[in-house]
Amino acid sequence: MSATLTIERLTIGLPEGADRPFAVENVSFDIDKGQILCVVGESGSGKSMTANALMGLLPQGVEVKSGRAMFEARDVLRLPEVEKQALRGAQIAMIFQEPMTALNPLMRIGDQISEVFAAHGLYTQSERRKRALDLVREVGLPDPEKIIRAYPFQLSGGQRQRAMIAMALALEPKLLIADEPTTALDVTTQAQILKLILDLRKKRGMAVMFITHDFGVVAEIADQVIVMREGKVVERGDAASVLDNPQHDYTKRLLDAIPTGKLPEARELSDTPALEIKNLRKTFRTGGGLFKPVREVHAVDDVSLTVSRGEVLGLVGESGSGKSTLGRTAVRLVTPDGGHVMVGGVDLAALTEEELRRQRNKVQMVFQDPYASLNPRQRIMSALTDGPINRGVPKEKAQAKAKELLEIVGLGPDAAMRYPHEFSGGQRQRIGIARALAMEPELIIADEAVSALDVSIQAQVLDLLRDLRERLSLSILFITHDLRVAAQLCDRIAVMQKGKLVEIGRVDEIFLSPKQEYTRQLLAAVPGADWAQTEEVPA
Amino acid sequence: MWKRFRSNMGAMIGVVLLLSVIVIAMIAPLIFSDGPWQMVQRPFLAPFAVDGLPLGTDTLGRNVAAQLAYGARVSLLVGLVSTVVALLIGVPLGALAGFYGGYVDEGAMRFTEFFQTIPNFALAIVLVAIFEPTLTSITIAIAIVSWPPVARLVRAEVMSVRTREFVDAARLAGLSKPRILIQQVLPNTVSPIIVMASLMVATAILLESSLSFLGLGDPNSMSWGYMIGAARTVIRTSWWLSFFPGIAIVITVLALNLIGEGLNDAFNPHLSRKGKA
Repeated sequence: MSATLTIERLTIGLPEGADRPFAVENVSFDIDKGQILCVVGESGSGKSMTANALMGLLPQGVEVKSGRAMFEARDVLRLPEVEKQALRGAQIAMIFQEPMTALNPLMRIGDQISEVFAAHGLYTQSERRKRALDLVREVGLPDPEKIIRAYPFQLSGGQRQRAMIAMALALEPKLLIADEPTTALDVTTQAQILKLILDLRKKRGMAVMFITHDFGVVAEIADQVIVMREGKVVERGDAASVLDNPQHDYTKRLLDAIPTGKLPEARELSDTPALEIKNLRKTFRTGGGLFKPVREVHAVDDVSLTVSRGEVLGLVGESGSGKSTLGRTAVRLVTPDGGHVMVGGVDLAALTEEELRRQRNKVQMVFQDPYASLNPRQRIMSALTDGPINRGVPKEKAQAKAKELLEIVGLGPDAAMRYPHEFSGGQRQRIGIARALAMEPELIIADEAVSALDVSIQAQVLDLLRDLRERLSLSILFITHDLRVAAQLCDRIAVMQKGKLVEIGRVDEIFLSPKQEYTRQLLAAVPGADWAQTEEVPA
Repeated sequence: MWKRFRSNMGAMIGVVLLLSVIVIAMIAPLIFSDGPWQMVQRPFLAPFAVDGLPLGTDTLGRNVAAQLAYGARVSLLVGLVSTVVALLIGVPLGALAGFYGGYVDEGAMRFTEFFQTIPNFALAIVLVAIFEPTLTSITIAIAIVSWPPVARLVRAEVMSVRTREFVDAARLAGLSKPRILIQQVLPNTVSPIIVMASLMVATAILLESSLSFLGLGDPNSMSWGYMIGAARTVIRTSWWLSFFPGIAIVITVLALNLIGEGLNDAFNPHLSRKGKA
């Protein structure tokens, strides 16, 4: 089969002062007609830069130094801008990670799709509309007539991504570049989008360059795989051989770092509860005016659960399931409408603001975004000691304790005098954990604490949490959307859907014999589920 | 930060210009020991017509160069002090409104809008006319008309910083609300405030000049606006009397604007209008 796209020795230079001279160095690969090539790598590996170079979307200061990208016997990197423009959309199309920001918020979906035709001067107005409708139907959006009149904000994340795909497919491109198209989506939606891409590939025979950081996704859809690290290709091959028999150390490390769903051994749990949540309810009301009815969302709807001392309870659900609200209610960042949050015999839900401030230390939180959760203008030391000093711990003692904690989380005491921007995402997350520990809490709530991290960093932070659980017999409520991560760390898992607790049980019960239909759906949607399972057998 | 600022050509030019104005203002009593009001020569002497009077003399035979140097003192003083006063009103009000929200926000913002609905300059004129036109009353009048934008800016910044996770973390650490506002939130709003302040000094200088031009300046202090105002009747015969103070205002305001923009680019490199290096 002839290659749709051939990239030869592509080198992209970064501006002076960047952490390395080249974003992409000497990268060569082919994509054949009808083939899906997955480009895998962690953030900063240059995988998106490669795609942007093909589309002529490189940021200022970054430029192609050498190499060719042959597409239909032409070098797309050297084409004049006018021809590049004609090529984009028509021959090579791209879909992005964040469908909300990739779509124009003020334009109806149908118009956005028609605009692709208009930009290339094709068809009449009514013809464009008809074709837009066909495309909307083809990507499986429900109620096409209505969807093409809808604005992006009226669609869900998955629907928006489908609309993006419809736009990309409008002119029947020969090559589709997908840059992390499912990363921002829930697992079940991700599974649907992946299936859609597979179907379209089969039906239209287009080549797909699929950029991802998730080996689960690779196992699901890839024919060929290249693994990139710091701008270089470290491994390439067909999907099966790379996944089952990786050659390069880096690939092995990445694969090892993936939460595979190997189940940890069940541990004995103590009977004393660290956290008891009873009939918790929280309803959000938005809108409501003279002529508009109030919109009510039951974020947490009569949920009861217990976390024993020394236990890690995983709280799993898709976005909007109320898991984060539950976590924020448990630390009383959100005040519940009803129910009790019992920690060490005190009902946090019933305290007044002033009493609460004195009891705050009992439950602490580790946040999702390591970049937003530390004050950029505050030294680490004062971030770690503010709370304890406020509680009346003498300053010297608090500082000694902070240094000790930094040691425990693997950073070393000299980190204390530095500012957050000097640390990487993974290191910041460690600081966040140290900050929570500094308050000597009875329970830590980790809200998507590893979701924003690369897999290898994610594995390190999970190791740290596991280690802390053993050493300090910590109780953790671990909130995540990723079942594979939950399986690695947790003793029990609770599944939430639409504000209700669907199922709760030991990890092996949930994974091997789920009782509820929804849990089964979630498990089936985990990308690379089959592949992970086969790997588990010899283990 | 400082490195980025230094590499900005325009901003450095601004700094040099502003520094020269400041130096001239400071050494004015040394070079022109007679003060700006002293009659030194025949009136209406053109620039360089007589040695020692490079900018000529005005309608009463006073040294224009000396007037200019003393005028710089007034302009800079009024600009700086009124900006500081405006910040002292605007920052706390905006911070409280943004941080506490609800009724506090409603109250503070309605109060702010009350001031915003009255045209700046008209209000300043009224205030100066009611009080006696002294340096103090002019400064206070300028401060009163220029704090509302500060309050709105600080409110918006505080509202966005308030939702960041480190603020939640501070709440979990048991810190009290005022302490979170002062210690965690406000330091993160400083950069846009500094940028705005540098531009406000420029606006204040213009306001003061306009007031003096209309004859509402402090009669006991020489200012650039007063010079232009006094010279407007003779502009066709003695152009230099309004030209040089005009140039002085342009240079000072331009310098402050350049510095403000340089600060803005240095604080927000990704918003810089020039391409990233």
